[in-house]
This record gives sequence, structure tokens and C-alpha cells, in this order.
Amino acid sequence: MSFNETTIQNISKLARLRLPEDQQQKFMTDIAGILDWVEQLKEVDIEHIEPLVSVSTRQKAERKDEVSVGNLQTELMECAPDSIQGFYVVPKMVE
Amino acid sequence: MTELTDLYISEALELLEKKEISSEELTKAHLKEMEKARFLNAYITETPELALEQARLSDQRRSAGIQPKPLEGIPIANKDLYCTKGIRTTAASKILSNFIPPYESTVTQKLKDAGTIMLGKVNTDQFAMGGSTMTSYFGVTKNPWTDENGEYNLVPGGSSGGSAAAVSAGLCMGATGSDTGGSIRQPASFCGITGIKPTYGRCSRYGIVAFASSLDQAGPMARSVKDCALLLREIAGFDLHDSTVSDLPVPDYTKALTGDIRGKKIGIPKEYRPEGLNSEVARIWDQGIQFLKDAGAEVIDVSLPHTKYALPVYYIIACAEASSNLSRYDGVRYTTRVDGKTLDEMYENTRTDGFGAEVVRRILLGTFVLSAGFYDAYYIRAQRVRRLIYEDFQKVFKTVDALLVPAAPTPALSYEAMKNMSPVDTYLGDVFTTPSSLAGVPALSLPIGLSNNGLPIGLQVIGNHFDENTVFQIADVLEKQAGFEKRTHRVKG
Repeated sequence: MSFNETTIQNISKLARLRLPEDQQQKFMTDIAGILDWVEQLKEVDIEHIEPLVSVSTRQKAERKDEVSVGNLQTELMECAPDSIQGFYVVPKMVE
Repeated sequence: MTELTDLYISEALELLEKKEISSEELTKAHLKEMEKARFLNAYITETPELALEQARLSDQRRSAGIQPKPLEGIPIANKDLYCTKGIRTTAASKILSNFIPPYESTVTQKLKDAGTIMLGKVNTDQFAMGGSTMTSYFGVTKNPWTDENGEYNLVPGGSSGGSAAAVSAGLCMGATGSDTGGSIRQPASFCGITGIKPTYGRCSRYGIVAFASSLDQAGPMARSVKDCALLLREIAGFDLHDSTVSDLPVPDYTKALTGDIRGKKIGIPKEYRPEGLNSEVARIWDQGIQFLKDAGAEVIDVSLPHTKYALPVYYIIACAEASSNLSRYDGVRYTTRVDGKTLDEMYENTRTDGFGAEVVRRILLGTFVLSAGFYDAYYIRAQRVRRLIYEDFQKVFKTVDALLVPAAPTPALSYEAMKNMSPVDTYLGDVFTTPSSLAGVPALSLPIGLSNNGLPIGLQVIGNHFDENTVFQIADVLEKQAGFEKRTHRVKG
């Protein structure tokens, strides 16, 4: 497939990354090169093969839905770039 | 007497027990060496005061006759991917450059509980993405082994390059690493040390900055097989904070080091000897095979037919998972922030400013393979081929106890050589490590010999799921047979 300028613009928008003009070409070439290289997977017969999502063979452990590492609200909020009274502050979204 | 920074963990524990040395002395010796070797840039954050305080407390416990903890008084380093409460945890990135976690990762907590002393946080490729530590926001780490002109011009490998360099140069006695597609085993090979990626699910991932959740695994790096066994015994085990961790009991891995591997069946997969394999790596591999035969093991030719597809499968799956994992870095909750007029603009500004080029490349690739219209063709296809790779290993372990393969396609490369590579060329460096990552089986890398230029070359022992014991048992025999001098590779000056 062709990984072109439109594709990389769409992808970078989805990923919330802004690529400067001079870098866009470089990333496009790099990713197109990687995609050419992974084309070899088309040689493999995967009919009737189920996707492997996880290699853990054990039953997944479940725990009670309880806070187990203590109430860290204050400490967690201190990590935020901007907060007021226990709320995260972000740019205004609604006029 | 051997320098304190040359000691193996196993030796230091005996000397501490006999009160011939104190943890404070041991810690001070390492802090001094760290200062001397600062130009290697192995550490992102040094924590000398904390280390000395912990060391004094450890010595007090010993003097008071309190039953010593399993690694009482041993100075170690943590890869800066492990959250450490109250101590900056950067993932070697700009976006987390100010992040001070309010909680501790399970693995580092277990190491604390085992009585270790933390000397600091060591460098890595940014978000563990890379094989050289060159993608770190905090600058490259230098390999303590020098090039043919005696210059510090070689990469330590990656992503756990800071861990490998620090262990090799005697800037800690052991270190945590993490391995998604080879990030413990390749730097161990480049720096002439030992490291094990345990079975997926053997160690908790809780509090480790996530890269690719179905592949990430914690593991120890040290200067001997026994030291790795001592460390893994402490960091492995069940954890309610990570649902993928196994509840299987953790054995005392040091008991596996019997020195006797007679009758063990070791597979040599033909797919790991492609045309054009580096001749020095091939020579070391043949040596390793001979060592096993000499020790009475039965060496058998085997085949893992889907090996050549592991790398492209790995890069699709790892990047897809990374693009999802790294979407959490949005400038809202705990990262740096670059303001914008709208919420979207703020996200974009923050992420564009905070991520390095390799991280951006992988997020873009991952976003693409997960996007509508391409999901089946790339991501699902990769997961299906992953099953075939997994089944290759399952089949082969019906006939052999372990596999012996190279750890990396070359000895340590120079910065110059790495800089001139295309992304695909650098990804090829993971060719021998990604298959076992995709299968989730344990693999240990240990140094066997030197290249013609005097650089270390490692081999991997790969075992079946949760059979770290056999891996350690075989690696221990190889280590003794190889007689590789793994005392510290101290820097000059």
C-alpha cells in the first residue's frame, strides 16, 4: 500500500502529534520503509490460525474492587501541571 | 583483596555476614566509582544520601543481630522505568522529566524489602524504545568497554543500557532491567554481563512505565549467573496489582546451580544461523555448543520454522501496544505540559514537545496498524503469526530442555555506525531476541568470549515457560566452562 502524505497527516492527527513540515517527509519515508519490510508476513498461511493476544497461560487473577494503595488524591494531584481544589485544569472547551 | 566494587553479590553477602565488610563501606565504594565514571552517563538520577542512610540502617540491623534479609546491604541500581516513590522517574523522556511518583513499583518494593540499597536510577532508551540508549532525553550512555583505539565510543546496547554499563563498570552490584524485545539480553551481551528475561508473568509489571504490555517483562542484570538467580528469586512472584502475574511458587533458583547438565537435551535452531551471520558471533556460538557437549549435554539440531517473521510481528505488536499505552501522556495529569488555545492543541503541543523521534515513529506506526481499514491486514495478521511462533517453541520444548542461540548479531557497535542506520536496520539488531519475547519464554544472556577486537559476545539460553531453573542450571555450567572474566570492567583514571 502507499503510505502517503494524506495518510501520515491523518495518523498524526489521530495520535495528537504535530509533525513539522521538514520532519513529515522523513517520518513518511521511515514508516513506508517499515511497512514494505513487514509485507513479508503475507507469505505466511494464517488461515484457521487464531490471533494470539496474550501468552499468559494461567487464569487471570481478580481482586476485590477496592482501593488498595491508599487514598492518594492529594499526592496524585500534586503531579498535575495545573489543578484547583482537587480538579484538573485544562483549556476551556465550551464557550 | 579484591576491590569492593569487583565483588559478586554472592561474595559480598558472605563478607557482610562475616562482618568483614559493612554495607556502608560497600555503598561508599560504589558511590566513589560512580563519581569517577560519571562521564559514562549511566545514571540519570543518583541517590547517594538515601543510599548511605539505607546502608547504615542495614548495618544496624546486622549489628543488632536481626535475621538478615536475603540481599541485606547490597547496593543496586534501578532502571529509570520503575516508579520509585518520591524519586524522579523519567523513562528517559522529556515528557516525564519532572515526574515524581507517589507510589512504588512492585519489583523495586520487593528489592527494598529484600534489604538492598538503591544507588540511583539508570539510563535507558526513551520509554525503553531502542537498542543503544541513544534515544534517551538525558544523553547517551557509554559502554565501559572501549574501541580498538581505547576510546569510549561504543554503545552499551539498550534499552537497559544504563543498567548494563553500571553493572559492568562496577557502579552497582546488580540492576533491574526490563525486556520487551531484547532490552535486557542485548545490552548484557554488549557490556559483557549476565541478564535474564524471565517468563512473561513471572515478575509483576505494576509500576513499570508501560511500553508493550503483552511483552514487557522485568528482570535482573548482574555479573554472574548466581547473582541473577539471587536477584530474580526476590523480584519474582504473585502480585494483586498485575493480573498477568503467575501465582506459581518462586523456587530458590540458586539450588538449580548443580554444575551437572549431563543428559540435558539442548536444541540448536538452524534458523538462527542465517547466511551472512557475523563470523565472530558464529565462532562464539560454536564454542558454546562445544562447552555443552564437553559437559555431557546432548546437543540436537532443531527447527523453529517461523523465526524469520518474529521481527516484523514484534514491531507491529509492540508499536500498536505502545501507541495505546502512550496515549495517557496528555499534559493533564502527571506530565510536562505545553499550553495551547484548545484542549486538542494543548495535547498536540505537549506530546510533540515531550516525545523523541523514535517514540514518535513508533506511536505513528502503531496508530496506523490499529486504524480502521488496516487493523486486520497488519495488527490481526501479526497476532496470528505470533501464535505460529509461540507454537514453534511449544513443539520444540517437547523434545529439548533448552535452546542455545546468539544474543545479538554483532558485538557492541559504535555511535557512528548506529547513527547511519535506517530504522529497519536498527530493528534487525533484535533478530535473536524477539522470538522468545513473542513466545513469552525465559531467556538468559551471558558472555562467552571476546571478538577479535576484544569485545564481549554473549549467548542466550532459552527455556520453556516458567522453567527458569533449567535456564540457570545450563547457564551456570556454560559460565564456568567459558571462564569469561566478569569482574568489573572498571573505567580508566
